[in-house]
Amino acid sequence: MLKTFRIGGIHPKEKKISAGEATQSIAIPDQVIIPLSQHIGAPCQPVVKKGDPVKVGTLIGKSVGFVSANIHSPVSGTVLKIDKALDASGYKRDAVFIKVEGDEWEESIDRSPELRKVCDLPASEILHKIAAAGIVGMGGATFPTHVKLTPPPEAKAEILIINGVECEPWLTSDHRLMMEKADEILVGTTIVMKALNVQKAIIGIENNKQDAIKLFSQKTNGYPRIEVQPLKVQYPQGGEKQLIDAITGRQVSSGALPISVGAVVQNVGTVFAIYEAVQKNKPLIERVVTVTGKEVKQPCNILSRIGVPLSNLIDMAGGMPETTGKVVSGGPMMGKALASTDIPVTKGTSGILIIPTLEAKRKAMKDCIRCAKCIGVCPMGLNPTLLMNLTEYEVWDRAEKNHITDCIECGSCSYTCPADRPLLDYIRLGKGKVNGIIRARKN
Amino acid sequence: MEHKLIVSPSPHVHSGDTIQKNMYNVLIALIPAFLVALYVFRLDALIITASSVLFCVGFEFLIVKYILKKTPTLSDGSAIITGVLLAFNVPSNLPVWILALGCLFAIGVVKLSFGGLGNNIFNPAIAGRIFLLISFPAQMTTWPAAFPAAGTTDAVSSATVLGTLKFAPEALPSLQSMLLGTEGGSLGEMSALALMLGLVYLLWKKTITWHIPVSILATVAFFTGILYLFNPLPLYHPLIHLFSGGLMLGAVFMATDYVTSPMTKKGMLIYGAGIGFVTMAIRLWGAYPEGVSFAILLMNALTPLINNYTSPKRFGEVVKNG
Repeated sequence: MLKTFRIGGIHPKEKKISAGEATQSIAIPDQVIIPLSQHIGAPCQPVVKKGDPVKVGTLIGKSVGFVSANIHSPVSGTVLKIDKALDASGYKRDAVFIKVEGDEWEESIDRSPELRKVCDLPASEILHKIAAAGIVGMGGATFPTHVKLTPPPEAKAEILIINGVECEPWLTSDHRLMMEKADEILVGTTIVMKALNVQKAIIGIENNKQDAIKLFSQKTNGYPRIEVQPLKVQYPQGGEKQLIDAITGRQVSSGALPISVGAVVQNVGTVFAIYEAVQKNKPLIERVVTVTGKEVKQPCNILSRIGVPLSNLIDMAGGMPETTGKVVSGGPMMGKALASTDIPVTKGTSGILIIPTLEAKRKAMKDCIRCAKCIGVCPMGLNPTLLMNLTEYEVWDRAEKNHITDCIECGSCSYTCPADRPLLDYIRLGKGKVNGIIRARKN
Repeated sequence: MEHKLIVSPSPHVHSGDTIQKNMYNVLIALIPAFLVALYVFRLDALIITASSVLFCVGFEFLIVKYILKKTPTLSDGSAIITGVLLAFNVPSNLPVWILALGCLFAIGVVKLSFGGLGNNIFNPAIAGRIFLLISFPAQMTTWPAAFPAAGTTDAVSSATVLGTLKFAPEALPSLQSMLLGTEGGSLGEMSALALMLGLVYLLWKKTITWHIPVSILATVAFFTGILYLFNPLPLYHPLIHLFSGGLMLGAVFMATDYVTSPMTKKGMLIYGAGIGFVTMAIRLWGAYPEGVSFAILLMNALTPLINNYTSPKRFGEVVKNG
């Protein structure tokens, strides 16, 4: 029996059709748009102005406040303006527009392909470099990494878990990165272990990525403190709490952080970015993006600079299909539907999923038949149908008592509901409302 | 932009599960029991089942369209299930006009007056059966003998196993005939084996979980088992109680009705144990030889309360961290 998390879960069709496609680079366009908010937390303060020359790796947005992350220019050229631009949130927010000229990099960045295994830096210096490089969680949550690697003083990390699960259907960017950058990921893992002062790291990979499991099992022979743990394919195993449960058998209680059970989780993409930041002085200026979908001509994995319009990536995958009804940034379960493909790639863009019109429309909702399937699949052990009703009737105290704030918004309930009820839509709404009430009470 | 894009919150995919699929799975699971009924009661089984389905579907259509003035949603299949289950709960020689009244009560009063599928408190087929049992006690408790001789359509009344057990325990049939369904009784409760086949199918298709049927059967077995240990009379024999009367039909198909049973695993176990207990209390100490329907009806009424006081096991709640 393969390990997996113990409560709920679903197994949607995997559809990882781009898994075998080697990562290819995409050309840099004439102009890029770099949003100043690509992470959870406070948006960056721009540190360049119109007319300033920038190189690849030049700091253009400085983090303000503790939970925030620096942003660097992914191209060389001239700053055109700082203006509002549409991003994946659907809102127009501050962004730096840069006219691209050549491809000149900051001198401090080591661009050689050579693997640098040894890291002599002390933990504080590693954290400093990670913060300076503007690294965020690349699995989609985009939480600033240096914050996550700075546990509260009373907590003690015991184990580092590397998230190579990629449980979203369709997406393969993490899978490709694992296949192509295994050595870098392993060095990155040792760096994070050093930063956290932990003696053990486990890389969790779902069983549908046999090649990656095999590759890492071989490569970890040289790393006695790093193990590979194959996992049963089960969504949402990439959820932090679910992954910790699957690998260690420990469950993080409601409202607590993973560090409360001694665990820290990092996505493989993040660990790769940490390697590049610490060993090569390279800030986070590019990432792997899967472009895929049922009608997409050439599903592929693209290494793209931040700021390249999604439409360019879609063109590289054979263009937008005639039948397109919905374009999703991320996977089908938790991704965001986009109003436009003119928005740029950001640090959290793990994939672009193109859904045909026929499959993009929701079916009309029917009355709840109380089949309890939503309860059976909820990985947090909640009662989704009850939470939906409580939100509908605005019974916030009961919604709070029934732990609406524990919801991780994985969408398993809506996915499963035979009556096509929009459970997560309501729960998301209620969760926001209840969180607001809790905050107001504290103040 | 050439494409108008649809923007909606996640998730952007659906399992494809529908109410219909679940309902039709229940109907498929009822096929073995129906075949046994056909084999035992021949044409009568077909007439009763077909007319019951026809009445239920017809009443639902007429009431929804002409009284409630809404679009009938017959395609969900729930009226068909009510029809089949009600037919399975009556003797094969029940006059059709009585059956029609039962269908009208089940669909019109028990289901639609509460708001239709998903909103009813009581299982329509169970309530329909009890309505008939109380209104027409004679017709509802005169069972024809199994395997009517060719040409004789008149009922030769025969006692059910539970009736025999209660009132004339010396004339008990063999366990084997109860399993296979060759003893007298209502249409669909003949063969415990055929009903268990249906259970296996429902579990395999994940239409239901094991909690309700197993807790009902386990409670009955436990309850009678203890009595039998102290006093080994046939009246207390666990296997006789498990395989006779409507217990299996009730445990597999009636108590597991989504709408009227609890939603949490804990709640399902409480509900099942309650049904098992009340069933045995009626069978052993009540005036009726059979008590499954009343037990289910009673626990249906308690379901909202059970839902209110049980919650699913939450992540991180009780797990020992080691």
